[in-house]
Amino acid sequence: MEKMTGAQLIVRLLERQGVRTIAGIPGGAILPLYDALSGSTIIRHVLARHEQGAGFMAQGMARVSGRPEVCFASSGPGATNLVTAIADARLDSIPLVAITGQVPLSMIGTDAFQEVDIYGMTVPITKHNFLVRSAQELLEVIPAAFRIAMSGRPGPVLVDVPKDVQSQLIEVAELPPPAEPEALPPLDQGLLAQAAQMINEAEQPVLYLGGGVVHSGAAALAVTLAEQASMPTTMTLMALGTMPMDHPLSIGMLGMHGARYTNFVLEEADLVVCVGARFDDRAVGKAAQFCPKAKIVHIDVDRSELHKVKNAHVAIHADVTVALEALLPQVKVTLRKRWLSHVDSLKSRFPLQLPGQDDPRTHYGLIHAVAAALDDEAVVTTDVGQHQMWVAQAYPFRRARQWFTSGGLGTMGFGMPAAMGAAMAEPDRTVVCFSGDGSLMMNIQELATLAEEGLNVKIVLMNNNSLGLVYQQQNLFYGKRVFASKYRGAPDFVRIAEGFGIKALDLDGESDPRAALAQALNTPGPCLIHASIDREQFVYPMVPPGAANTEMIGG
Amino acid sequence: MIEQVADPLPQQGYAKVVLELEVNNHPGVMSHICNLFARRAFNVEGILCMPVADGRRSRIWLLVFEDQRLEQMMRQVEKLEDVLAVRPHGAGHEVFERLEDFFH
Ligand SMILES: Cc1ncc(C[n+]2csc(CCOP(=O)(O)OP(=O)(O)O)c2C)c(N)n1
Repeated sequence: MEKMTGAQLIVRLLERQGVRTIAGIPGGAILPLYDALSGSTIIRHVLARHEQGAGFMAQGMARVSGRPEVCFASSGPGATNLVTAIADARLDSIPLVAITGQVPLSMIGTDAFQEVDIYGMTVPITKHNFLVRSAQELLEVIPAAFRIAMSGRPGPVLVDVPKDVQSQLIEVAELPPPAEPEALPPLDQGLLAQAAQMINEAEQPVLYLGGGVVHSGAAALAVTLAEQASMPTTMTLMALGTMPMDHPLSIGMLGMHGARYTNFVLEEADLVVCVGARFDDRAVGKAAQFCPKAKIVHIDVDRSELHKVKNAHVAIHADVTVALEALLPQVKVTLRKRWLSHVDSLKSRFPLQLPGQDDPRTHYGLIHAVAAALDDEAVVTTDVGQHQMWVAQAYPFRRARQWFTSGGLGTMGFGMPAAMGAAMAEPDRTVVCFSGDGSLMMNIQELATLAEEGLNVKIVLMNNNSLGLVYQQQNLFYGKRVFASKYRGAPDFVRIAEGFGIKALDLDGESDPRAALAQALNTPGPCLIHASIDREQFVYPMVPPGAANTEMIGG
Repeated sequence: MIEQVADPLPQQGYAKVVLELEVNNHPGVMSHICNLFARRAFNVEGILCMPVADGRRSRIWLLVFEDQRLEQMMRQVEKLEDVLAVRPHGAGHEVFERLEDFFH
């Protein structure tokens, strides 16, 4: 029997679960937990400057490691500040355990100081959530939170712990074992055989990979499947890197900002094998007109995704790795010469156009220059906007977990704290965050945390002094009525970074921007690299929202 | 990043269906379930919930309109941690018919 407080119990359980870094911000209702954490010699705390930053740092750690990571916030405003990061984790299926302090049990529901119903608020944005009512419950709830976050399709779990539960003394006879993921769903061999037969009989099949391939660690298997069956392979925003972009079978990213030829190839497919993706509207455009000639095989670990947007001819509820391992021996080795040469001809007629890619003073050129200065071990994150889509189009991703972006929620402010999380989890890597001036200002306070932690994070700020993607949409779809998308002031980001204690470089003033860039990227430690970008550069091609993928404009 | 909001499907003219849910019995379970139906613009026409067995579990009866999303909706409900089982029944199930008397 060991006597401890609820807070000490939480810390012990987190230590046993393998948690080594927690990002957060303290406040009254979570002070018992912080007091207990101060006694841990195993877990390091990173003090963020805004709880959303802490949430994204935890996400960054989880995105590189694939394991659930933890953030802390106090009750009330602390907890509400976490909401965006939690919702973001939900939409991108990221395992996250958010622990919040709550007012004491007896005061819940009385509008006590800094009381919000964070449990109620996070019902629709978590995979599951808990309001803990006794220290005893923690023995079940904490392992359950990790188990749920990492099982099947990963996702965020919130645990709300009232202050008196944190302080409550309990006797613990034995600590529960660390949580493990639940058993995977059993594979339906009959359906799998049908899928294999459809692949073997198809003439113009396409493989469509999503984030589930990354979560399941199945990138190599997916590439093998593509090679074995001669399947041109497209990836969602979340799956970029699962097949190296220079692989001969890669047809790049599909959807709203995919290359013309990619969407045309899909148009002609007679079979689409969708693996760990969910027919998101940004990827498939008008769903009814997506792959009009194709039969669909859909493999997903989340049963509720099957038949949700598109009815599948064969729907397999399975973990992607399990399904692909069983599928591969049944798929004939085929060289589909005619189909592949047709794909090649579409590719040469309607290629992805990256104007200016050789000039580091243009958006595509800057992205290429960054990539040229780094190897595939570097991690790339982005914020949200034009710069995000340009990076998705132009950066040569070659491995899973090389790139992290806010896909489902599209959260400006994601990039820098997520990059910091990635650098905390894997300090040997260089982590580059491509950001826009709008997005950077959403979590710019984390520069203070970055300076303090000295992480190897490089921020490449593509500054067009506007909310570029909004400006683009107003120009294209709102009769050029540009409103509330151009900034009137122009903050000096170099001085801002320096003010926070971060080295900064302005590429605009460099005579040899390529060399300056390479040097900055290869010097350890944080750095902000500023580059002006022409506001009139738009992301092309573009499928207008609500249109079919073949109705692209530009590019 | 223009938002596309799906129009709620018209629910009139569809048959009703009764769903029987086996759930864990603790505060919050109901809000998880109701939230899900509300999000997808499913009007819950009738709802009934009582503890079963030793009180660790509850049975919830829901009366909803059958539409083409119901199958997928049920899968989403099944995905909830606290939902142990979902069984659909025809609209004629007596559970709500017997309750009619209390609503006149
Ligand atoms: C938190 C948040 N608020 C608003 C939006 C809507 N939005 C999408 S892109 C964008 C502009 C982004 O500007 P910036 O970060 O400068 O990137 P750029 O498009 O200029 O590359 C806005 C406002 C969003 N995605 N996230």
